[in-house]
Amino acid sequence: MNNLDHLYREIIMEHYKNPRNKGLVTNDDYKSNRIKNPSCGDDITIQVLVEDGMVKDVKQEASGCSISVASASVLSEIMIGRSVEEAKKIVDTYINMVTNKEFDESVDLEEAAVFSGVKKFPARIKCASIAWVAFKDSLE
Amino acid sequence: MKENPWIKDFPQLNNHLHYFDSAATSLKPVSVIEQVNYYNQELSSNIHRGMYYESQKATELYEEARESVANFINAQSNEIVFTRGTTASLNLVARSFGVNHLNQGDEILTSELEHHSSLIPWQYVANKTGAKIKYIPLSDQGRIALDAFKATISKATKVVAINHVSNVMGYLTPLKEIIAIAHEYGAVVVVDGAQAIQHIPVDVKSLDADFYAFSGHKMLGPTGIGILYGKDDLLSEMEPIEFGGDMALDVMKTQFSWKESPIKFEAGTMPIASVIGLKAAIEYLKNVGLDNIHQYTKDLYDYLIKKLNELDGIELYNHHSDTFIFTFNLKNVPSHDAISYFSEKHIALRAGQHCAKLIHDFLNINASLRGTIYFYNTYKDVDVLVDTMKEAIDYFKKLGF
Repeated sequence: MNNLDHLYREIIMEHYKNPRNKGLVTNDDYKSNRIKNPSCGDDITIQVLVEDGMVKDVKQEASGCSISVASASVLSEIMIGRSVEEAKKIVDTYINMVTNKEFDESVDLEEAAVFSGVKKFPARIKCASIAWVAFKDSLE
Repeated sequence: MKENPWIKDFPQLNNHLHYFDSAATSLKPVSVIEQVNYYNQELSSNIHRGMYYESQKATELYEEARESVANFINAQSNEIVFTRGTTASLNLVARSFGVNHLNQGDEILTSELEHHSSLIPWQYVANKTGAKIKYIPLSDQGRIALDAFKATISKATKVVAINHVSNVMGYLTPLKEIIAIAHEYGAVVVVDGAQAIQHIPVDVKSLDADFYAFSGHKMLGPTGIGILYGKDDLLSEMEPIEFGGDMALDVMKTQFSWKESPIKFEAGTMPIASVIGLKAAIEYLKNVGLDNIHQYTKDLYDYLIKKLNELDGIELYNHHSDTFIFTFNLKNVPSHDAISYFSEKHIALRAGQHCAKLIHDFLNINASLRGTIYFYNTYKDVDVLVDTMKEAIDYFKKLGF
C-alpha cells in the first residue's frame, strides 16, 4: 500500500460520506467550540455534553477536507459514553499518533486508529487533529 | 518545443521538483545565492556605522541595491524604503499615512480580489479612524473593471488600496487609468505589486502611483526583504512607525529627531545579505528580460490551458490569467485532499485560500488549488502536471469523492 492508500482508508471515506452525530444543538448544557483554519478553509464545531464526569453526547458540524470531516465524525462516535478522563487520554494518544510521536499503544483508539496514515503527511496533521483539539478544549 | 536555457541557473530544480508555486515564492538563481553567501562569508558587518573596509563595502552594496531597485521601477533612490516584505510595506503605509490622514466619513476603496495584506491593514485603519471600507464590485469573471471603479469612487474616497495583479486570478488591474481617476478625486493610491513586479515592467512614474509595494522573494531574491516605493513628498511628511538605531538623527534625554526618508523608516539592522541578494536578482531579471520571460511563460501557459480545456474532472476559475496563475479544483475533491496527491508526485502547488478569502467567497468556494507558470518551468513540467491531474481525478473518483 502506498502512502496515499494508507491515508485514504475505506473507513475514513465512509465517515466522510456519512458523518455521524452531525448537526448542532441549541442547548446551553452543551459546551461548544468552533475552530476555523483560515489557511485551508476548514470550519469545525464540536459540541460536548458532560454529565457526572461522563461524555454523554457529542455533536459536530464540519466542512473541509475528507480527513478533517471524517476525523470529527469518528471522534464523535468513539467519545460518547466515555469518562472525561478516559476521553482526554484517548485525545492525547491520538494526537501523538498523527504527529508521529511516541504514543501509548495500550490505549484502544478503535476506529480512530485508521488515521495513523496521516503521520506520513505532515501537511495534513492539522486536518486530522482540528476536531480533536476542539473537543479537548470543550472538556477543560 | 524550445529548450529552457535558464533552468540550469536554479539549483533547486535538480531534484525532480516540478515547481508551480512561484506566486508564493520564486526559486533563487545561483547568482543571488552567491551574493548572499559573499556577504555572509566575506563582508559580515553592519552598514552605515563601521569605519573599516567590510562595513564600507557592505554599505556601498546596500545603497547600490537601493539604486538598482529605483532604476528598475523608474523611481528616485530616496523614494525606495526597504522593509521585510510587501506585507510590511503596506502596513507601513496604513499605520503611518493611513492612521494619520483618515477621519470619520472618509472612505477606503478596495476590492474582494485583494490579498489579506492589502486589505486587513486598511480594516485596521478604518477601525482606528472611523473611515469606511468600500468595495469595487467585481465583474462576473472576478476582474476589477474601470467602469465599476468609476461608479464606486467618490469625493469621500481618500485611499484606494488595490492590487496590480491578483494573487489568485492573475488578472492585471487597469492601474494607470484607475490612478488617474483616483487623483482627480484627490485620493491616494496604494498598490500591492507583489504579483506584478516579476512579470511585467513597472514604471511608477508613468503609473503615477503614490505607493507601490513588492517583495524580493517573489522576484528571484531572498526572503526577508521588501520594498516600499512612495512619492518623495508623501514619504517625507510621514512619521516612522519603528524607532531605534540608525533612524535617529539626534537623541536627547526627553526628545529625539529622525533622519530623512528612507533611512527614517529603516530602524535597526536591516537584512543586509538579502538586500545585496536582491540586487543580483534584479540584474538576473534584466539579463533574461521581462519581455522574454513573458513570451516564454505565455507560450507555456497557453500549452497548459489547451490541455486543461480537454480535461473533464477539473474546474478552472480563471481561463484568461494575465500573469499565468491558474486556480482550480478537482471536481468534488476538497483542495487539501487533492494537494496530497500532487505533493506525493513532487509537484509543488498551493492549496487553501491563498490569503485571499474574499475572492473565494466571491467564487462561492471554500478553497482552491493554485499554480503559477514561471520561466523556469518546462513543457515537461506541464506534461507531468496534467498527467498527474488525470491520475488524481481517477484516484479520487475511485475512492468515492
